[in-house]
Amino acid sequence: MSIWSRVANVFRGGRTGREIDEEFAAHIQEAIDAGRDPEEARRAFGSLLRQRESSLDIRVLGWLDSLRADVVFGWRLLWNAKATSAVSILSLGLAIGSCMSAFRIIDALLLRPLPIRQPERLYAIFRKGIGPDGKPRTTPSSEYPLYRQMRAAVENQADLIAISYAARRDLTYSSDEETEKAYIQYVSGSMFDRFGVRPALGRVLTENDDRKPGAHPVAVLSYDYWARRFGKDPNMLRRRFRMVAVEYEVIGVADRTFTGTEPGTITEIFLPTMMNEAVNQPNSAWFRTFVQLKPGVSATQVRDGLSPVFHAYQEEMAKGFKGWPKERLQQLLSNQLVVEPAAAGVSGLQKEYGVALAALGVLVTLILLIACANLANLMMAQASARAREMALRVAIGAGRWRLIQLMLAESGLIAFSGAALGVVFAWWSAPLVVSMINPSDHPMRLVLPADLRVLGFAAALAVGVTILFGLGPAVRASAVKPVSALKGGSGPRSRRRTMHVLIAAQVAFCFLVLFDTGLFTATFDRLSNQPTGFAADGVINVITGARPPQSKLLWQQVAQQLRSLPRVEAVALAGFPPLSGSMEGGFVAVNGGQPAGALVRFSSVSPSWFDTMKIPMVSGRDFGESDASPGVAIVNQSFANAYFNGESPIGRSFETNRDHGMRCRIVGLVRDSCYEDVRGPIPPVVYLPFRSVDANGQIRTTGGAAFVLRISGSNPLALAPALRREITRAGPGFLVSRIVRQTELVEQQTIRERLLAMLASFFAIVALLLAGIGLYGVLDYSLLQRRRELGIRIAIGAPARDIVRRATVDGLAMVLAGAVIGLALALFSMRYIESLVYEVKATDPASLIFPALILFAATLLASVPAAIGAVRIDPVEMLRAE
Amino acid sequence: MPKVDSLQGSLDLLVLKILSRRPRLHGYAIMTAIQSMSGEVLRAEEGSLYPALHRMEEAGWIRAEWITTEAGRRARLYEITKAGRKQLDVEESRWRAVTSAVNRVLRMA
Repeated sequence: MSIWSRVANVFRGGRTGREIDEEFAAHIQEAIDAGRDPEEARRAFGSLLRQRESSLDIRVLGWLDSLRADVVFGWRLLWNAKATSAVSILSLGLAIGSCMSAFRIIDALLLRPLPIRQPERLYAIFRKGIGPDGKPRTTPSSEYPLYRQMRAAVENQADLIAISYAARRDLTYSSDEETEKAYIQYVSGSMFDRFGVRPALGRVLTENDDRKPGAHPVAVLSYDYWARRFGKDPNMLRRRFRMVAVEYEVIGVADRTFTGTEPGTITEIFLPTMMNEAVNQPNSAWFRTFVQLKPGVSATQVRDGLSPVFHAYQEEMAKGFKGWPKERLQQLLSNQLVVEPAAAGVSGLQKEYGVALAALGVLVTLILLIACANLANLMMAQASARAREMALRVAIGAGRWRLIQLMLAESGLIAFSGAALGVVFAWWSAPLVVSMINPSDHPMRLVLPADLRVLGFAAALAVGVTILFGLGPAVRASAVKPVSALKGGSGPRSRRRTMHVLIAAQVAFCFLVLFDTGLFTATFDRLSNQPTGFAADGVINVITGARPPQSKLLWQQVAQQLRSLPRVEAVALAGFPPLSGSMEGGFVAVNGGQPAGALVRFSSVSPSWFDTMKIPMVSGRDFGESDASPGVAIVNQSFANAYFNGESPIGRSFETNRDHGMRCRIVGLVRDSCYEDVRGPIPPVVYLPFRSVDANGQIRTTGGAAFVLRISGSNPLALAPALRREITRAGPGFLVSRIVRQTELVEQQTIRERLLAMLASFFAIVALLLAGIGLYGVLDYSLLQRRRELGIRIAIGAPARDIVRRATVDGLAMVLAGAVIGLALALFSMRYIESLVYEVKATDPASLIFPALILFAATLLASVPAAIGAVRIDPVEMLRAE
Repeated sequence: MPKVDSLQGSLDLLVLKILSRRPRLHGYAIMTAIQSMSGEVLRAEEGSLYPALHRMEEAGWIRAEWITTEAGRRARLYEITKAGRKQLDVEESRWRAVTSAVNRVLRMA
């Protein structure tokens, strides 16, 4: 109680003191009333002032009171220098805000433990090795029959939980005409119980829902989905939706905090793994395996238990792999199982954006350091202006700690104002950045809570920043020697030296930011101007499903009907559009030899697809109406180079392990075009006719394909409603899932690069601005310090050139030194951001000259005022003033 | 006999005791009470009384309240709290222990 009232008294202003005075006055009055002589009563009371002080000491918390006084004093100083303070707080707010924004996203995507019971015990299984394309690969995918064996193998050490990739699927709550999309995840029935996730409504899945394939078509919604899609409808239970051919019943809504195990995606519907059609397929890897360790068991123990099962399974499977090159099979078998912590969940976005976000985190930290260096210099300059005030304080008995506290109070005011501003900035900017990671079919949705974790980070940042820019100048200012300071001659030289070192550091950081920004923008530029091999403008893909699967003949008839629509120049069919994320692979053998080479890409396309995409034929012919697979194939140049040494492949044949081994005769050769990625060399691709027949000569059916249309004029998407109508009318069971421009698919290849380039450019401008302001400030301060010296030089006839040189040369030398250090840092940073850049080298002259030039220009601009100021010194006036 | 000012650490005890008997007194009344009840032997100086009052108030042994007297003047009245009564017990027993010890010494010497 005592401490609180003493704390409270600190903030009661002068009231406490006044009350004491009043009490004393009342006392004396009582004495007089009691008949004592007024003079005598007052004298008996003693010194009012001293009594009040001793009472005040008792009633007020001393150190807090002095801190309050310091804060109030600091606030007055800041208020008096409004412009400087505003710039300081704004720049610090921007820097802290950027840091917090980066922290919020990094935390939400990579660090924050899932809101489940004991997340630290959650691990995930990965396979590490060489992928079928010959590149190193780590994948969490697993097959269900293997999962069953693994679960049994470690039964006593850990619980295994299967959770499929969150996938956006078409489903409907009413009729097929009103399909909508939702993120679904197939999960083990035991998951909710193991994770300690309770239902918000109804019940959650249990192990009983997950015992027999296809037996329990039940679904649990996520809270977010329930709230957004259904407005928290309390009558949600027992509602039904249909996905593919199965009708599911909603049995409950999961707890509000649980949004799945894939940060970056909010799962909307949870289904039992037994409802997945691939649950008994030995070769289909469609989910991640999570491991919940039992108490006292280590991840290594579990891995040792799982590995033999895994390797045995792999070898069993490999026996069935026909037509695989030996070395690929060998690589597959040498895959290792690893068990890694997964407290923060596992998602593809973590992998894709982890390094990029870390790079951004470093950039914003550099910005913060630059801002701190600026403030430290400002504090130091102000401290020198206040040297006399400090000396006076020391002279009347202020201790050293008291002076440091005085200075730190001011720094803390700036830092906490900046942090408050930063919180607001991060509040706004973090969701904005997340919304920029927006592939149209899979926009990132990240839970960004503003909780104690985030606010704690802000507070820690503010305290850290205060110490970073405030402590040095405070300690230095507190070391003032009253005698020399009051005499007016203290040595500002060492102070200037520190300032110059800070300038060099700023320039180095700034160079690094500029350099990395240059690399990111160049990467984005290269990638977005990468030739794709086709003309994407005007092409739209209508990704369509058919339930039940329809004959490919019927698909082709629907395509014919679309041709009659206005503005449609060409129509074709493809299994899937290029750059849509889908891939089909297989191995190829030529000349009756062994299968060899890397994974070959396959694509099934109808006649005139190449025309529609404007992929030029090099030689041979396009597919005709009568062509069907198996039998003929068209290959790209990369294929011809890899398998026929660049000779014409027309008329030659090859075998592939696809479709249980088939032989194809090559009828055409086309130019290379992008398949699944715009980066890197274009892989060998085999195009097969869209129409295919089975062993009995029957035309096959398919449940999904893409109509590819070339539309004349602008805004091809205006045709979308007509296309939907036409396709739905054309045949029963045809359903348009998604209409997407080919240009959009191309642009989505570079979302990460665009994000990096944009944010880095923004930070580069901020860094340049801050460093420029910093340099200007220091030069200006040096000029102020050296006015007397320069005035005398002018008076004795030094030429203007000499004066300008003297006023700026120290600063410029620091810039140069900083740039050299920055260059070293930049080359060093290269090794960490290598995975983020494409066809850009750190040693490219352009990568180095560009930031150097910008920095040089900024330096010139910042030193002009100091140079002009130096030349304009009027020696007469200056010397008289001294 | 000269008036004794240095109450030798017994000021708290006296104030608490007086306030436990007569609630709601202002500083001057406490001072005169000490004086009259001790038969004009003890006298608390203002210079030590008020710091003691304020200290005990911060310690939560007594609490104070401003009132307006009939004469139209404002006065700060003190009153003992629960914690104060406990403290009074402690101080009283300590005082007894000290005085009996001193008495014993005086008798023996």
